[in-house]
Parts: sequence; structure tokens; C-alpha cells
Amino acid sequence: MSTIVRKEEVHGPVADHSLQAFAEDWASDQEVFKAVHWGKAMMWIFLLSDTFIFSCFLVSYMTMRSSVTEPWPNPSEVFALSFGGQPIPLILIAIMTFVLISSSGTMAMAVNFGYRRNRRATAALMAVTALLGATFVGMQAFEWSKLIFEEGVRPWGNPMGAAQFGASFFMITGFHGLHVSAGVIMLVIVASRVIRGHYDRTGDYSAVEIAGLYWHFVDLVWVFIFAFFYLW
Amino acid sequence: MNDMTTPAQTASGHHGPPPPAADHPVHPIGIYLKVWGLLFVLSALSYAVDYFGAEGWVRWVLILTFMILKAGLIVAIFMHMIWERLALIYAILLPPLALGTLVWLMWIESEYTFWTRILFLGGEG
Repeated sequence: MSTIVRKEEVHGPVADHSLQAFAEDWASDQEVFKAVHWGKAMMWIFLLSDTFIFSCFLVSYMTMRSSVTEPWPNPSEVFALSFGGQPIPLILIAIMTFVLISSSGTMAMAVNFGYRRNRRATAALMAVTALLGATFVGMQAFEWSKLIFEEGVRPWGNPMGAAQFGASFFMITGFHGLHVSAGVIMLVIVASRVIRGHYDRTGDYSAVEIAGLYWHFVDLVWVFIFAFFYLW
Repeated sequence: MNDMTTPAQTASGHHGPPPPAADHPVHPIGIYLKVWGLLFVLSALSYAVDYFGAEGWVRWVLILTFMILKAGLIVAIFMHMIWERLALIYAILLPPLALGTLVWLMWIESEYTFWTRILFLGGEG
């Protein structure tokens, strides 16, 4: 029964954005998120909770940075890399940003090809996404080891200034890097199911879109980390 | 019960790839390439803020502007939010607004801590 009801409630390619449609969805007995795959709704709710976790880290970073009396280490100099003696500010972080944005672009196209039922293009684009994600994690590992072994940054102190710098840095970028790593594993699993034709058999490519949502979220969080931690 | 089965799939059974989902809007690839390009430009601009050493209010306004534009593009287009129903859009995008209260409270708290350190701890801590 419910399947028949929901088919009639799909209003074509663009959802009805009137307040009346919104009120009707929330006032209905059966389900609020109509014409939305349950996995997609759950992923969105998970991402909402994850938003609050990352926000807690960023707000505690703000609290620490604005309450210290020692100077905060200048990220522009801390994360500079020298090529032939001339230091370029934040260059590694900039490259990491472009890598992650590119991976989001390939992921968005993978979702699109999934709904076109193009198995090979979907799997290939997801593989590229996973590869770019792994590149990002690799560059982060390089950045961490440079900071730990060459600059002497520790969670409890560093030679450049306020001791809280290390704690914020390792916590925020570490938690984000963990998300990227988990995302790469998830992408590899879903891509291998795509190439083996699993979603062609079930007729449902939603898993690709759901994996995509998670991946775009990881990119989204990086936008905020880049702005608040590295650029501020 | 909740499976999003397409009518075409039930008709053709489980043999061969089913046709594109009928209840799913498939957008042209071009829109993703355009957004990708825009995100590259915006990232380059925010990097330029640091590279050319903008300071003070100019720096903060520029950083926040580029950040909000990038986040908006990712959520709206890459995460398909503009094509979702209002019920989902509001359920996901409204709760984070509560974070403004947390930021405000912790900002007050950090000012208090800062002046405590200056006035009573001689700038230590």
C-alpha cells in the first residue's frame, strides 16, 4: 500500500518547495521523508550529528585560541613548504584542498552515472574518488610527520607559541583524516559492488548516492577546517 | 516495503541492467563540472587571501565569504539538497543554527578566561 501512495506523491523532477507541502509531509501519519530512500534519510541524520561533533571541536578550538595570552603560531608559516630555498605559505594545504574538491567532483559524477545505470563509468569514477582520497590521507601523513619530527609540535606544547595549538591541530585534522580514511574504505566496497553488477541486479543505485553524501560531507568539513584553522 | 522499486524494474524482472530510474531526476553532467570549476576558483581565492597577506577585517570577511559560498555549493548541488523536499531540507539545515548559541557562549567564556589570565595570573597559562 505505502509504495503505491508514495509513487503518487512524487511531484516530478523538482520537489514542491511550498510551505503547504512541507506541512503536509510533517503532518502525515506514515513517513515524513517521502520519496527519499530510507538509507539516504538516515545518512543525512548521521551527517547532522557529525556536524555537531566537528562543530564541538571547532568551537573548542575557537575558545582556546581566543583565551590564550601567548601568541598563536602562524599557520601560514608553520605549514609553509620550501622549494629551492623559497618558502611558499600553506602550499601543501592548498594542494590538499584541491585534491579533496576534485574527489568531490568525481564522486558527484559517479552518482549521476549510477542513476544513468552506467556501471563502468560509476565504478571508474568512484575508484578515482577513492584514489584522490587516499592521496589526501597520504599528504596529511606527510604533514603530520613534518610537524612532529621537524617542528617539534606536540599535543601539549610546541616551540612556536601557544601550547594549545598542537592539541587543536591533532584533534581536528586527525578526526577529519579518520573520516577520509573510513570514506576511502567505504568507496572501495561500494565501487566493487558496482562493478560486480550488484546494484544492476537489485535495480537500486541508492548506495552510490548515500556513499556520495558521506564523501561530500568530508569535503564540506574540510572547507570549514581550511577557513578556520589554516587561514584564520 | 520501503524499497524504491521502479515500475520498469518490476516489469523486466531481474534480467539485465534496468533502465534509468524513472523517479530520479538525472541532471546533465555539465552542472557538476561547472560547480567543480567554481569550487576551484573559490579555493584559489581563499588561498590568495593568505598568499597576499590580507589582514584584519578584510581577511576575516573574505575568508568567511569564500567559505560560505563553497559550503553552499557543495550542499546544494553536490549533495543534491536543492532537489530535495522542504521536509528534509529544514530537518537537516535548521538544527545547526543552534550552534550560534554555543559559539556565542564560548566566546564570552573565552574572554573571561583571557582576562583572568591577564589580571590574576600575570599573563601565564
